[in-house]
Amino acid sequence: MVTGKDTGYSGTGRPSARRMESGPVAVIECIEEIPCNPCEGACPVGAIQVGQPLTNLPKLSEHKCTGCGICIAACPGLAIFNIDLSRGDETAIVAMPYEYLPLPKEGAAVTVTDRDGQPVGRGLVHSVKRMEKYDNTAIVSVEVKKELADIVRSIKEGEDGTEETNLPLRRDY
Amino acid sequence: MKQIEMAVIGAGPAGLGAAVEAAGHGVRVVVFDENNKPGGQLFKQIHKFFGSKEHLAGIRGFRIGAELLAQAAELDIDVKLGAVVYGLFSDRQIGIVHQGVKRLYQAEAILLATGAAENTLSFPGSTLPGVMSAGAAQTMANVHRVLPGKKVLMVGTGNVGLIVAYQLLQAGARVVALVDAAPRLGGYAVHAAKLRRAGVPLRLRHTIVEVRGKETVERAVVAEVDENFNPIKGSDEILSVDTVCLAVGLSPLTELAWMGGCRFKYLPGLGGHIPVHNQNMLTTSPGIYIAGDIAGVEEASTALEEGRLAGTAIAERLGYLSFEQAKVKKEAIRSRLDQLRTGPFGAKRKSLKETLVKEWI
Ligand SMILES: Cc1cc2nc3c(=O)[nH]c(=O)nc-3n(C[C@H](O)[C@H](O)[C@H](O)COP(=O)(O)OP(=O)(O)OC[C@H]3O[C@@H](n4cnc5c(N)ncnc54)[C@H](O)[C@@H]3O)c2cc1C
Ligand code: SF4
Ligand code: SF4
Repeated sequence: MVTGKDTGYSGTGRPSARRMESGPVAVIECIEEIPCNPCEGACPVGAIQVGQPLTNLPKLSEHKCTGCGICIAACPGLAIFNIDLSRGDETAIVAMPYEYLPLPKEGAAVTVTDRDGQPVGRGLVHSVKRMEKYDNTAIVSVEVKKELADIVRSIKEGEDGTEETNLPLRRDY
Repeated sequence: MKQIEMAVIGAGPAGLGAAVEAAGHGVRVVVFDENNKPGGQLFKQIHKFFGSKEHLAGIRGFRIGAELLAQAAELDIDVKLGAVVYGLFSDRQIGIVHQGVKRLYQAEAILLATGAAENTLSFPGSTLPGVMSAGAAQTMANVHRVLPGKKVLMVGTGNVGLIVAYQLLQAGARVVALVDAAPRLGGYAVHAAKLRRAGVPLRLRHTIVEVRGKETVERAVVAEVDENFNPIKGSDEILSVDTVCLAVGLSPLTELAWMGGCRFKYLPGLGGHIPVHNQNMLTTSPGIYIAGDIAGVEEASTALEEGRLAGTAIAERLGYLSFEQAKVKKEAIRSRLDQLRTGPFGAKRKSLKETLVKEWI
């Protein structure tokens, strides 16, 4: 069984903690040498580099990255996330690609899950972005407890969309 | 008997890619496909493709298919659907049953782009309704919009198994587990990561032993396997499922190439018996070219490029491109193919393909 609680990937696609503290930034969890580079072409500021050969792992220039999130939807492997640790001591925002229907509703409380799909707490849906150029890959951002920022990588929606959250979250949207 | 310049058999990415390329240089092309819709596998593929911009990466498969069809229409390519090619005879004659009528064509050049068929497995209960190939489940869900079942066991963790399992989740099914007898994941880690994030267990070193049910699938028995892939006694586990999908590899559809007298080489890494071909995708039979999965099971992106390569070579053969013009185009396509055949997955395929080319003389 492929499990194992990995807490994160190291490598060239990962920004420093310091950079995450300064605002949203891409976190690229593409760890295998496959011939692929749409992330590189999608980034409007050239913050991702794959180069030649195509199987190079993507390299993030964390200081160029503006955290716009465009690469999240462009990656066919759904391997890019954005993390924002700049919101203070309590919560963080994790943005993820999402290709299931129905889409979660902004402001809804959801169960947040780790890389193995295991529930690790509750979060609030901060935003759901859909754009034509995303071609049906939505970008869902959730607000989670700060210590979960590098653990949460998906959400589980149920009938519990309205359930009270046990997290100290601001409902300012 | 009708005379044609270039006959393409199979309207998947390889066949359409070749037809569009050749027709773009002026060749008059007729494409035959047994289905009622062209596109081969592409129209089931609702996910975004890998590769680079030149390989149309980041675009969903069915959109690539639609684009190819639009180009084919613009170039006035004659695409005959519901046309089963049943035989390839001497002097490049092809026998076709088109809408119930038998016809014979003679072509100056032929491209075989028939793709591959999915392998199957037999085990007690494997004939019960509800056991199907992953591709069949994918066609039901993505083309016909019918959910094949609610609780699915996927057998095989190659890219087909991983992608189809994800698409069944998207369609609303629950994927109970994926099993694979191998100790390692067959497909890409990023595809597997999507399933893991959805909480789907991926069980390596496990196989399907039996399917139980009165009239349809009700339960599947899976077990751990030892190094020789034999189920370990006592490791049985019963899963409650209504659908079992088999994603256990593809075998090239080579019947027409055998009939055409092509020389073959057995390369299990490419799917089995593969027609030997040269750098222009020409087989050992004069005027008979191949491209796509028939030339070794790879991916839609490589199939498309191989098709373009064959289309260029055929345009050159028929006098629509000079040696120099063709050379430049072929070099560009080959370098794009090389890009796709790098890395731990691609490098192995590249060396196998080179073996085929070396055999051709
Ligand atoms: C489930 C699944 C997922 C995949 N995912 C990806 C992916 O993410 N990325 C990627 O690059 N590749 C992917 N692939 C692989 C890709 O689909 C194939 O490699 C590609 O389609 C091969 O193209 P082709 O043109 O050779 O064959 P096909 O697309 O199979 O087309 C062959 C056509 O020929 C027709 N035909 C065959 N014999 C005859 C005959 N005698 N007479 C008339 N017509 C005939 C067939 O009906 C078919 O329409 C996937 C494949 C599957 C099955
Ligand atoms: S988040 Fe925006 S700026 Fe940062 S790497 Fe992705 S596309 Fe580039
Ligand atoms: S687009 Fe995604 S899968 Fe492709 S190289 Fe970039 S991060 Fe990896």
